[in-house]
Amino acid sequence: MTNNKLLKLKATNARKNLLKVVNYAGAGHIGGPLSAIDILTTLYFHEMNVDPSDPKAPNRDRFVLSKGHSAIGLYCVLAEKGYLEYKELFTFDSIDSRLQGHPDMNALPCIEMSTGSLGQGISAAVGMALGAKLKNEDFRVYCMIGDGESQEGQVWEAAFIAEKYKLDNLVVIIDYNKLQQYGWPTIDNHRLAPNDNLEEKWTAFGWHVFRIDGHSYDEISKTLSEAKTIKGKPSIIIADTIKGKGISFMEGNYLWHSKVPSDEELATALEELNTIGGVEQ
Amino acid sequence: MNFSQVKSVSMRDTFSETLLDVAKTDPKVYVLDGDLATSTKIDNISVQCSEKFLQMGIAEQNMLSVAAGLATVGIQPWAVTFAAFMSKRALDQIQVQIAQPKLDVKMIGGYSGLLTGLTGKSHQALEDIAIFRSLANMIVLAPADAVETAEIIKWANLYHGPVYIRLARDNYPILFDANYKFEIGKGVILNKGSDVTIISTGTATSRSLEAANILKQRNISATVLHLPTIKPIDREAIIQAASTGAIVTIEEHSIYGGLGSSVAEVLVNSIPTPVEFVGVKDRNSESANNDDLLNKYEISINHIVSAALKVLLRK
Repeated sequence: MTNNKLLKLKATNARKNLLKVVNYAGAGHIGGPLSAIDILTTLYFHEMNVDPSDPKAPNRDRFVLSKGHSAIGLYCVLAEKGYLEYKELFTFDSIDSRLQGHPDMNALPCIEMSTGSLGQGISAAVGMALGAKLKNEDFRVYCMIGDGESQEGQVWEAAFIAEKYKLDNLVVIIDYNKLQQYGWPTIDNHRLAPNDNLEEKWTAFGWHVFRIDGHSYDEISKTLSEAKTIKGKPSIIIADTIKGKGISFMEGNYLWHSKVPSDEELATALEELNTIGGVEQ
Repeated sequence: MNFSQVKSVSMRDTFSETLLDVAKTDPKVYVLDGDLATSTKIDNISVQCSEKFLQMGIAEQNMLSVAAGLATVGIQPWAVTFAAFMSKRALDQIQVQIAQPKLDVKMIGGYSGLLTGLTGKSHQALEDIAIFRSLANMIVLAPADAVETAEIIKWANLYHGPVYIRLARDNYPILFDANYKFEIGKGVILNKGSDVTIISTGTATSRSLEAANILKQRNISATVLHLPTIKPIDREAIIQAASTGAIVTIEEHSIYGGLGSSVAEVLVNSIPTPVEFVGVKDRNSESANNDDLLNKYEISINHIVSAALKVLLRK
């Protein structure tokens, strides 16, 4: 059963830390991590077989953040999980830090694959899932990609090969937040979605397609469980999300892709999050 | 060395036979094909050891990233395609996911250089050495013949980390005897002389030896230093070789950033010596037969001889 209260607490804590760290570091992405955090939290606290005290356990489930620019969001969830201490979060993007601007598997052992150049993480996840099959190991591989990232041709190369090798131990989740850094402006200065017809595209590539609310812990956890029953093909979860989720003045605004909140904006945002819950840190 | 009596052997056949042995004996080894198996000759592995052969289709970027993922779960992937596609099409994947994390992935660039079997400039690789040696953590190797190819494949299997191996399409004279042992980072003196030193890598080395024979007829004694390891470069061997006071570098590669540049970097830092660079000048090539390409693009045996004569005047 999903412990929604726990997931909400952890996700809210992660959101607060994310905002504080980006404000402190003067750099980092905001919008994408906020849209991804509920999914990341559910993966680490509900779904995946992982142990922070043994980050290299051979049979652990793997997670690859293909949309590597959401690194700080992942670090904040990893801190909640106990992989790192809160204070280390504030080393983000500084010299000698294990918390690089984009995930670095050599710097931080619980990172399964270095990413940042878009389209590559999903292929590496395909390699891990293929490797598990070749070695007869039963760990599962999870990967998060972006809707903007899905403009990269390599995403579809990976989709093609994952289906060829029937990688039913692979689950890819699209953080479908409908915005990218700049995108295609409309006349009223809104944005066209980075990618349309995703269900049709992934179905055509032979994947089992789920479509869910990416901020509903129930839907996320239920779908991740159901994906385990899908045999003979990989699963894709198209998760409808809101870029900037949780902070009213950031939600759905492309300008918060990688904008740094001022001290005032941070205070307002933390106040909003306090009304949701989470622990004062 | 009398070249009329030397046997020529296919480098790609030897590569594939050696890799087949390695794949059969080492459980962690898998071979990834970018759908060029009948050219690179790894179709041999598909037929004789199909469980170790992974077809990745015509998608090099994905192939190299998949290789990275495989390496993280204890597999040693050998990704095989043409050098042109390995070095340029999949470069970012190699940089971010293989070289930077120092993963145990072997990258085989077949059909390197200019002599690629009438395929033309889209398929020739004249930049791969420059590209790969600029990546931190990368080992860059280029064997001269089939014997050294087999040695290098076996060495790379035992080494844990990223290795790029530059192979050639055609048959080349056997330069090494069966007892030859490849040593990483070590050059090999194939001819000892006192007037000039020819430094070469890969299959250009057989042409260096032929050039040394021609120079000998003109009473010029040439050292031939073969560098199968381009990175890490053998500084000591280069500095010693500079004792002749004149150097020619020859490579089937652009004159920018490859072997010649590597040698010059060592020399200017230690023992500044006149160097003539034989390689493809800053221009595009084309499809043609081997001799015509070597002549037009100025990397034939005669061009090595001319460069030697030229550098001697600068001593």
